Amino acid sequence: MMKIIEGSHAVAEAVKLCRPQVVSAYPITPQTHIVEALASMVADCELDADYICVESEFSALSGCVGASAAGSRTYSATTSQGLALMFEVCFNAAGMRLPIVMTIANRSLGAPLSIWNDQQDSISLRDSGWLQYYAEDIQEVSDLHFITYRVAEDHGVLLPAFVCFDGFILTHTYEPVDMPTQEEVDAYLPPFTPYQRLDAKDPISMGMYATPDYYMEFRYEVDRAMQRARGVYTDAARAFAEQFGRDYTSPVEGYRLEDADTALVAMGSICGTVKDAVDEMRADGKRVGLLKIRSYRPFPVEEVAAALGGVSTVAVLDKNISLGSKGAVALEVKDALYGSGIPVLDYIVALGGRDIRKKDIAQIVTLAEAGKGDMFYGLRTEVL
Amino acid sequence: MADKSLELFDAGHRACGGCGPALAGRLILKGSGENTIVVASTGCMEVFSTPYPETAWKVPWIHSLFENAAAVASGVESSLKMQGRDEHVICICGDGATFDIGMLCISGAFERGHDITYICYDNEAYMNTGIQRSGATPYDADTTTSPAGKCSTGNARPKKDLPAILAAHGAPYVATTSIAYPNDVIRKVERAVNTEGPCYIQIHTPCCTGWGFDGAKTIDIGKLAIDTGLWVNFEMVDGQIEKAKKIVNRKPVEEYLSVQKRFRHLFRPEKNVDEIAKIQAIADRNAEKYGIDVTVKK
Ligand SMILES: Cc1ncc(C[n+]2csc(CCOP(=O)(O)OP(=O)(O)O)c2C)c(N)n1
Ligand code: SF4
Repeated sequence: MMKIIEGSHAVAEAVKLCRPQVVSAYPITPQTHIVEALASMVADCELDADYICVESEFSALSGCVGASAAGSRTYSATTSQGLALMFEVCFNAAGMRLPIVMTIANRSLGAPLSIWNDQQDSISLRDSGWLQYYAEDIQEVSDLHFITYRVAEDHGVLLPAFVCFDGFILTHTYEPVDMPTQEEVDAYLPPFTPYQRLDAKDPISMGMYATPDYYMEFRYEVDRAMQRARGVYTDAARAFAEQFGRDYTSPVEGYRLEDADTALVAMGSICGTVKDAVDEMRADGKRVGLLKIRSYRPFPVEEVAAALGGVSTVAVLDKNISLGSKGAVALEVKDALYGSGIPVLDYIVALGGRDIRKKDIAQIVTLAEAGKGDMFYGLRTEVL
Repeated sequence: MADKSLELFDAGHRACGGCGPALAGRLILKGSGENTIVVASTGCMEVFSTPYPETAWKVPWIHSLFENAAAVASGVESSLKMQGRDEHVICICGDGATFDIGMLCISGAFERGHDITYICYDNEAYMNTGIQRSGATPYDADTTTSPAGKCSTGNARPKKDLPAILAAHGAPYVATTSIAYPNDVIRKVERAVNTEGPCYIQIHTPCCTGWGFDGAKTIDIGKLAIDTGLWVNFEMVDGQIEKAKKIVNRKPVEEYLSVQKRFRHLFRPEKNVDEIAKIQAIADRNAEKYGIDVTVKK
């Protein structure tokens, strides 16, 4: 059913339809509306879940670890400083192969304290073993929750997952969203069947310590699971497209790329602005296009290489920076295009909520075509 | 009632001979029985009992991190509740995990009132990382981060009163016990797991390696701690002391201190009478607070 709904509330609705049994979360701007909405759904018996009202994000995710290990579908949501406080538990949940789903309302990290959007938080957990999907709009972020639970809980994957969407830009925006019914979601997403769980009738030990004889194999297994998640995602998204008519099957999405000379690459809500900018530039006769990355982990190396193989310049918009190196998306794109000779220029944009407009995108295309890149775009040099 | 003949913490672990915590593990499970899920924290017990792919645990067991056992247990309990299951959920954690780094999670879990039993095996220091002080380390103990030296007599602070802190959270049952009294451990664990709400048990578990005594003497050392009043076995119900173990003709603390290397500096090169008197005062205060003294003329 179509309804006009705030981004955070759409996420909460979608999560409710996924029937999590345990929600363990702590409020932080701009994620707060999600957990408030879930708490009232539980209070109104609209959602049959236990809501653990924890004292910190560290306990929020630790609670998910326990709940998931004991065999329940679990959910949390956070952002920024909250995610940073969960750092240790993130690695742990992945290593223990617990399919927890967590929404990230992307926000920058202090210092200086900033509540506004960029993608530094989830990107900083790049190597933790969590699947990472990024949504462009509110319809996509709600739909990705259904798909993500299927992928994470698949016995060939069993990995935790972030569903990321931009703080404020999407969390606090109203958009028309087509929300499926409970029956439709039940038909798509089966109940959680844990591969193994804590059970007094069939005791196992979980989270043991491993000597150098075994540790590396555990990391290998997590990596293999990530690799398998590619195919599992495609199947889950295809089934979703067949049932609901919205197609997220590819981990990347091209926009007017077919005959493009210059390709922009981006993740998240900025893709909407870029599409409009591309249309305007096309009207001016510029052959530009966009490649939107939906799955950051696993990174769709082959799809990126195939989509960008025909362009002459690539300009990556990174809402994060691996300080001392480059933007995290640019590094991956460079890797995907290694040996192709196609120049990949990186632009660090919109950190800490700085606005980015169509004219900025056009400016970046001009810079890229002149071979000028690998820079923070839009720096206010007068305050430096 | 739990079947006490079952050995649910089995042979084959790698603890030091005479390890107090290993004894505690065995006794705890005799008290909680088969229908138990154990949540552990990083530390000696975790490391000596679960070197992958081996395990000493015959009940389901999970370790996540050093500091989050109480939060993980909250999740386990919540999950069981949603599935309509009724296993006992117990945490078994060291004093470092409990007194220091895990306090946030424990406080949260107790305030929320989860039906879990949190058990601290108190060997009075971080043993797994090589004998560093914790908030449970007794006054004047020599550890690698509270070393006795030219200007130091060892650990400068007395033990944190964690039972009181957790009782103040509204815990319905808080108890202390010692591996020197196995039946007491079993009985208290059984009582805690059958009490609804968050319960806390602190078990005195002498550590031959960290304290410096012969592993054959673990029980004797445990008894001396009680006989001197430096450790008191008590039970608190709804914040009130219900019972404390009485001691007949309490012994001087020197008898306990002099047989452990961690207090050796109080006796060499000469006896540090002042410091020993301060420790005696701690024991005397304990005796008075819990009313444990019974004097019988010899
Ligand atoms: C966040 C974090 N900090 C430090 C450590 C290192 N560490 C592992 S076990 C431990 C001490 C454990 O002490 P305790 O809880 O008293 O248990 P014991 O080893 O004495 O049995 C420390 C400091 C860790 N694992 N995680
Ligand atoms: S160091 Fe102490 S606690 Fe650790 S195994 Fe040895 S005796 Fe037990």
